[in-house]
Amino acid sequence: MQLAGKVALITGGASGIGRATALLFAREGAAIVLADLNADAGHRVAAQITQSGGRAFFEQMDVTQAADCKRLVERAIREFGRIDILFNNAGVIRRATVLELSEDDWDRVMTVNVKSIYLLSREVIPHMQKAGGGTIVNTASGWGLAGGAKAAVYCASKGAVVLLTKAMAIDHGPQNIRVNCICPGDTDTGMLREEAQQLGEDHSRFLAESAKRPLGRVGTPEEIAQAVLYLASGASSFVTGTALVVDGGGLAG
Amino acid sequence: MRLENKVALITGGTSGIGEAVAEVFAREGAKVAITGRNESRGHAVTARILQSGGKAVFLRTDVRKAAECQRAVDETLRSFGRLDILFNNAGVFFPQTALECSEEKWDLQIDINLKGTFLMSKSALGPMIAQGGGVIINNSSGWGLVGGDKAVAYCASKGGVVLLTKAMAVDHGRQGVRVNCVCPGDVDTPMLPEDARLRGLDWKTYLAGCENRPLGRIGTVDEIAKAVLFLASDDSSFMTGAALVVDGGGTAD
Repeated sequence: MQLAGKVALITGGASGIGRATALLFAREGAAIVLADLNADAGHRVAAQITQSGGRAFFEQMDVTQAADCKRLVERAIREFGRIDILFNNAGVIRRATVLELSEDDWDRVMTVNVKSIYLLSREVIPHMQKAGGGTIVNTASGWGLAGGAKAAVYCASKGAVVLLTKAMAIDHGPQNIRVNCICPGDTDTGMLREEAQQLGEDHSRFLAESAKRPLGRVGTPEEIAQAVLYLASGASSFVTGTALVVDGGGLAG
Repeated sequence: MRLENKVALITGGTSGIGEAVAEVFAREGAKVAITGRNESRGHAVTARILQSGGKAVFLRTDVRKAAECQRAVDETLRSFGRLDILFNNAGVFFPQTALECSEEKWDLQIDINLKGTFLMSKSALGPMIAQGGGVIINNSSGWGLVGGDKAVAYCASKGGVVLLTKAMAVDHGRQGVRVNCVCPGDVDTPMLPEDARLRGLDWKTYLAGCENRPLGRIGTVDEIAKAVLFLASDDSSFMTGAALVVDGGGTAD
């Protein structure tokens, strides 16, 4: 077990990559703090972990609200005594050009995808410092490194996540806090289906298009979770400030 | 054991990162063939693995020679019946500006670091594709992504390795071969004191310079080996064409 005795806080933990990571981390011995807006799905993931003999609780919260972030971290410390791993994974997408994008949607994507990392990290880092270290993993995207069509605000937000990751790595490396991000390519999650819907495209054609990359398929949430595990565990003890691309070769060409 | 029944071929396996990778792979259940130019060091590494109950052979190989690369692959297949993982790790470094670097030293670094990766991959891809897939990991460097002082041929060779990695990932993903590279920062290998000596710097001053990065220390060969293990194992099944930076945050800024 690679995370025995560790406590991991995971935002966007009710579905997709967050859920797969929570289940994997729990199997690797970590106690899990699950945060999400979606209470039904969140409680189900927590129940699945506890029924398998793991430790977990779910907290319904909004990562864009400073008070929610503070309350979440206080509860995590109260129940589990520490936070070793913070996985800033909550995210939303709007498939639109800047001409099509409303200001409200711009603000929404930027606050959920980027500001939340700031709000939650500033609550968690003091506890990590006190404990002598920790690991933060942020979910960026292949579209945090390269541009994509009709994805202006998503690209802007994920590009910000990549560089926020590097800046935090520089600030907190001396305190033994490692900060890295993952850059997934298209992965079989609810978000991918939602993109097809936002673009008004046929579902199966959209998925076939997404599979066009050297490995010839989209990723699974479990495959992204394995990359998060690598970055969260001691196996990556000399890795900080890195953007780990997990995209079936989508950005290679 | 994460590499059970796998066969790995590791170039430059007689010291430093290659030696550490050979030992980690063997512990994880792989049969390992290691190449190098120093016979006595090579046999010392295989003897240690054999004593721990692993399987290993040493194949004296100059990766600059196509015929020797082909023979290394043939001998690996003859010894162990298949080839699942190729770690192109053999490398040399001479700290020189373009003015100081002789044509001979330029050729040496490009031929071992870059052309050797091409030649070994060329020989290994056939059997990998025939058996339905495989994994190639190339050892690049942080200096394959950013420039460094007095390192013209090395930077050129390692930058070449990063893009050779991506190009091979694009070509061979559909054939089930994943190709990735690691980009280590300064690591406790024999290459480091040798670099200090060639630069005419005393070890203490030189080391302090190397440690000047967010994590405040140089890496260990084991930490790089764990990154290579992650890329070699199925845990990274959706990764190809990626450059995994393992440098204590050295290139975060």
